[in-house]
Amino acid sequence: MRRIGFGGWSVMTLGAVYFAVPLLMTVAFSLWEGRGHYGFAAYRTLLARPNLLPSLIVSLELGLATCAAIVLLLAPAMIFMNLYAPRLRPVFEFIAALPFVVPAIALVAGLSVLFTGPEWLIGTPFYLTVPYFFLALPYAYRAIDVGIRSLDLTTLTEAGQSLGASLGQIIRIVVLPNLRASLIGSMLLSFAVVMGEFTFANVLLFHTFAVLINEVGQNAPTEAAALSTLSFLITWGAMLGVLIVGRGNAQIGGAR
Amino acid sequence: MATVEARGVSKSYAGRTVLAKLDLTMTDGELVCLLGPSGCGKTTLLRIIAGFITPDAGSVVVAGRDVTPLPASGRRMGMVFQSYSLFPNMTARDNVRFGPRVGGVPVPEQMSRADRLLEMVGLAQHRDKYPHQLSGGQQQRVALARALAVQPQVLLLDEPLSALDAKVRAQLRDEIRRIQRETGVTTVLVTHDQEEALSISDRVAVMNEGRLLQVATPAQIYREPADGFVARFIGAAAVLSGVAEDGAVRVGGYVLPAEGAKQHAGGHSVEMFLRPEHVRLEKMNGHIPPGALAADVGDTTFFGSLTRVRLTVPGLAAGQGIWADLPSEHAEQFVAGSRVLASWDPAAPRVIATKPARLAGS
Repeated sequence: MRRIGFGGWSVMTLGAVYFAVPLLMTVAFSLWEGRGHYGFAAYRTLLARPNLLPSLIVSLELGLATCAAIVLLLAPAMIFMNLYAPRLRPVFEFIAALPFVVPAIALVAGLSVLFTGPEWLIGTPFYLTVPYFFLALPYAYRAIDVGIRSLDLTTLTEAGQSLGASLGQIIRIVVLPNLRASLIGSMLLSFAVVMGEFTFANVLLFHTFAVLINEVGQNAPTEAAALSTLSFLITWGAMLGVLIVGRGNAQIGGAR
Repeated sequence: MATVEARGVSKSYAGRTVLAKLDLTMTDGELVCLLGPSGCGKTTLLRIIAGFITPDAGSVVVAGRDVTPLPASGRRMGMVFQSYSLFPNMTARDNVRFGPRVGGVPVPEQMSRADRLLEMVGLAQHRDKYPHQLSGGQQQRVALARALAVQPQVLLLDEPLSALDAKVRAQLRDEIRRIQRETGVTTVLVTHDQEEALSISDRVAVMNEGRLLQVATPAQIYREPADGFVARFIGAAAVLSGVAEDGAVRVGGYVLPAEGAKQHAGGHSVEMFLRPEHVRLEKMNGHIPPGALAADVGDTTFFGSLTRVRLTVPGLAAGQGIWADLPSEHAEQFVAGSRVLASWDPAAPRVIATKPARLAGS
């Protein structure tokens, strides 16, 4: 293995500093109680807020719903496109890049005009899953695409078919387990996007975790910093859980 | 185990004919190689038999049953691909029992079948390894065991050795033949490697431009090519263009002995194919006996036990040279630039009528 030289270490240290300093400063600020005194007052006040848990639960549910939409809609669509319609790849690429081009505020205006039903969805925060799916699309698409490109999907599918497997069996037993890492990556990114999304929720008057952070930040900046720190820890914790579960699945892959 | 028939199979892509009304029958337990250059249609034919491509016309019949409308998953044909195609998330054993597993075979039977086949391909001790822990040759052995695990009517091998290095290729080639004989499964192997085709097959089907040119045993293909393309494609041969005479071919100012010329009317354009192993060389001793040819020694190529000597014949075009394959210790006496006598058994050369030039689009 090649050793990392001084230049390499310098770049990595700079990267770590760039990543860690804002986080550490946020944590430090969340602990600041004024006049050079530090403690957990902001966290205590925050945890006593009655609207903390509901908004957190809404954001977590939306994160999970968006992840489900990515796995159940986007991943199969990409698998089928790669197998049967590779000519549509540019169309997929274009659609996946759109959320980068269209500002969130324009997207929310358009979506609220287009998606006027069904009733059971419109009135609930789960309506946000629709725009969140599009918001997460560029990241999720890239993550899944990397996984699919690393597989010889056509040959694996044909090998499965020649052995008598249906397409459903091939996708369930062969393709999805081999895309596990990229699916987890896409879910991780989608979940992070949803946890931090503010514009849609605020415009559509849903009280998500990001909206709460903004509210708290208006009059209690240290509490907002504490909330951001909590949000960060929750996202990391959730993803760690997904990774652990994913690793467990890898060990039993193909065993039945 | 079954007879496989391709009946009048045609396939075109964007107006380009890939297969033209092709008929081929493979008998029960036979190993047939589809051999030809890249783009000749051999892989397309294999994939039509497998059910991955639908023919424009014609049918595929297995054991007397037309399987053309069936999807690949319903044909009970094991297939081994050029790229190893093992499922990366499964161990060797799980790969092998995949077919029985999706076919609803009870788990104990899946396991015993997989273990027996891994034993057969010599990988019993590697059954718990994942594909990335196996070498290319081992992966193809697992792929072969996996294809056999569904107890296929037909085994299809799509250039299974082409990604392997020469030594492993030769080993696995022999192993495929041994296993095919043990199981007796009708096998179709696609290759562009003539040595592989000649050494492994019961019969070789030589293809070019979507057509079958000759289907015969390897010895017949080599000794009696039916077509100029086959003669050029299989083995090495000097090609001398001339006109037929009684028991000879006139090439430039030379009359070269070739009994095969008797089958052609005198004066007709023919090509004479002379294999290097048929050419004998002697040092010049002053006169040229009848049936011999004076030639100049050119380059030599060392192949180990054999050395190929390139000869140029004065008065003939550069492309009309001949070669002689000699035992290496014998070849050393013929130094470059020296003049020698070349001769051959008149029965050895193959003489084939020159094809008229094909019109564009015909």
